[in-house]
Amino acid sequence: MPFEFVVGGVVAGILTGLVYGLMALGLSVIFGVVRIVNFAHGELMTVAMYAAALLFARFELDPFLAVLPVAAAFFVLGYALQAGLINRFITRPEHSQFMLLVAIGLIVVNALLMAFGPDARGVQVDYQLESFELGDIVVDKARLYAAGLAVLTALALIGLFRFTRTGKAIRACADNHFAARVVGLNVKRLYAITFGLGAVCVAVAGCSLTLLFDVTPSVGPQYTLLAFVIVIVGGLGSMLGALVGGVLIGVSEALAGLYISPSAKSMLSFGLLIVVLIVRPQGLFGRRR
Amino acid sequence: MASSQGITRRSFQTALAAGLASSLLPLRRARAQAHKLKVGVILPRSGTQGLTGQSCQKGADLAPGVIKELLGVELELMNADFESNVDTARTRAERLIQDGAHVLVGPFDSGAAAAIAQVAEQRGVPLIINIAAAPQITEQGYKFVFRNFQTAGEIVKNGLDLIGELFSATHAAPTTAVYMHVNDTFGQAMTKGILATLPSRSQLGFKIVDEIAYDPAAKDLSVEISRAKATKADFLLLVSRLNDAILLRREMVKQRWNPMGIVSPGSPGMYEEQYFKSLGKLSDYSISNVPWFNPNANLTKIVEKAFARQNPNDKLVFHGLNVGFTFEAILVAADAFKRAKTTDPKALADAIRQTHITDKMTLGGPIKFNAKGQVEGIGSACVQNLNQLPTVVLPAAAATARPVFPQPGYKKT
Repeated sequence: MPFEFVVGGVVAGILTGLVYGLMALGLSVIFGVVRIVNFAHGELMTVAMYAAALLFARFELDPFLAVLPVAAAFFVLGYALQAGLINRFITRPEHSQFMLLVAIGLIVVNALLMAFGPDARGVQVDYQLESFELGDIVVDKARLYAAGLAVLTALALIGLFRFTRTGKAIRACADNHFAARVVGLNVKRLYAITFGLGAVCVAVAGCSLTLLFDVTPSVGPQYTLLAFVIVIVGGLGSMLGALVGGVLIGVSEALAGLYISPSAKSMLSFGLLIVVLIVRPQGLFGRRR
Repeated sequence: MASSQGITRRSFQTALAAGLASSLLPLRRARAQAHKLKVGVILPRSGTQGLTGQSCQKGADLAPGVIKELLGVELELMNADFESNVDTARTRAERLIQDGAHVLVGPFDSGAAAAIAQVAEQRGVPLIINIAAAPQITEQGYKFVFRNFQTAGEIVKNGLDLIGELFSATHAAPTTAVYMHVNDTFGQAMTKGILATLPSRSQLGFKIVDEIAYDPAAKDLSVEISRAKATKADFLLLVSRLNDAILLRREMVKQRWNPMGIVSPGSPGMYEEQYFKSLGKLSDYSISNVPWFNPNANLTKIVEKAFARQNPNDKLVFHGLNVGFTFEAILVAADAFKRAKTTDPKALADAIRQTHITDKMTLGGPIKFNAKGQVEGIGSACVQNLNQLPTVVLPAAAATARPVFPQPGYKKT
């Protein structure tokens, strides 16, 4: 295999992996703070993809511009979901939480099926078929932009958690829920904000992915599974781990496709998951509890 | 003793059985003497194969009207969408039969066809396959399964012969090909056929340097195209479906891979309307060697008029293959019904076996089933996309334009 093709494949894997990483970041943030595993994560991203595709079809709004209204709507949706529904399940057994979120996922998939049917939808913008050529290496323009947006969003989120009062309060909740309540923090509100922020990650990732892949209602569970693989590899609750996990999965799939067989792409990422679970169960960047 | 007790258990059971039998008999007779044939049309109208399924459905939708005029036979279509899912195909077929379908037509997919064939055989209801190429479907000894379409082996044989004619007509001499195919029942059957047939076609002068299988539902084929490009093959030999063919073509542009051409030895995708709609000018020069319709046939002209009435914004040329074979499958059912004069499934199957239709829409000899339920001698054409229209370029007798190969913009990798 010529070197430039391997580098090209790895670069494509890194770029796609960063977008996947942003999606998984939402899952990781929600779990890290609220301690709830969002089993409807991929389904929510599918909604974001449909929103971007609809805005493009109706107003010819570029998915990168659609990020702003979709992310805002998703923050409100995430906040409302946590405040109105999931907060009631915080103290309930884990299987109740699991059933609740699986049910939400199923409702989302079927609602999308009823609204849009099972056919694929996508967008077609001018630069979608364009590439940058760096010597012999060809880099897909849309993929590069999507990865850039994913990195910017992740940095903004990290900045928010590190430098704002709300972010610090959320981290306090994550570190010690009981102490956070003792010092007078409104924990349930902070949980809702956190879920809203996780939904924003999903919205940005979903809008970006519409430039790379078509969307159907049935892809939601696949993305949920992918997000789980990424956060387990990177470390559940770790923001850096989600991004690195995404890149690892993207690169491993690219290399599997190039060197073994394209059909072996998923096999290798699940193989990686098993290795991490055996060698480092808390994930590459996760903390042992 | 028994008579003194009035009705015994045994006499009651006998009377009950006789009563049931006599009450069901009129129903059975009514079914046998029906004046209308209920045709269960089962297609993938949604999901990954949805667009092709919808294209086939156009052929089914116009059939009752055209066939009523041609044969005077009343048809009632019972449409079912199996959502491009084999398990759903099985349950939809069961449901159609349960709801009274006398014959099944469909399903444009080998995996689904294999599943539906089992149901049809178990329930004793004839299945007439419109499009599905996996050879094993008509190799099982089924008595109720019929296919008016080429098997993968025939498609490959005809497709490779047409590739030879293409190279000869364009004086092109590619020496290497990278072979990409969908990894489903159809793709595997085609691969088996290609790998078995190619060694005996040494006159073609090219060898396959890499074989790349991919998921038919894949959302991203960038790695696959990277790998294909890395082979530096002269041309891409492709067995695709529709959605993946569009993805592949887009990815080739993104990765700036310009081989001599994309040639399908016989698969859907590149001649279909959505391929042109999605890709515009990028759809041009792709080549599909496929069973095709005969634009000059009388039946084609009749069907074309009906098609234009029902689909004023569509052109038959984009749907010719799907419409042609789906229409012919229903025509076979109607013709058998007319001769059998009954909807009794066994009589219908016997009548189908005796089919001999010469006035047909697709290329090749008459529709006549062999002992396995397979029509032989169906013809193929080399169809190249020119000026965003699927155009017959070979065989020369049926061609309306000259083939273009290598395609413009060809650049050695």
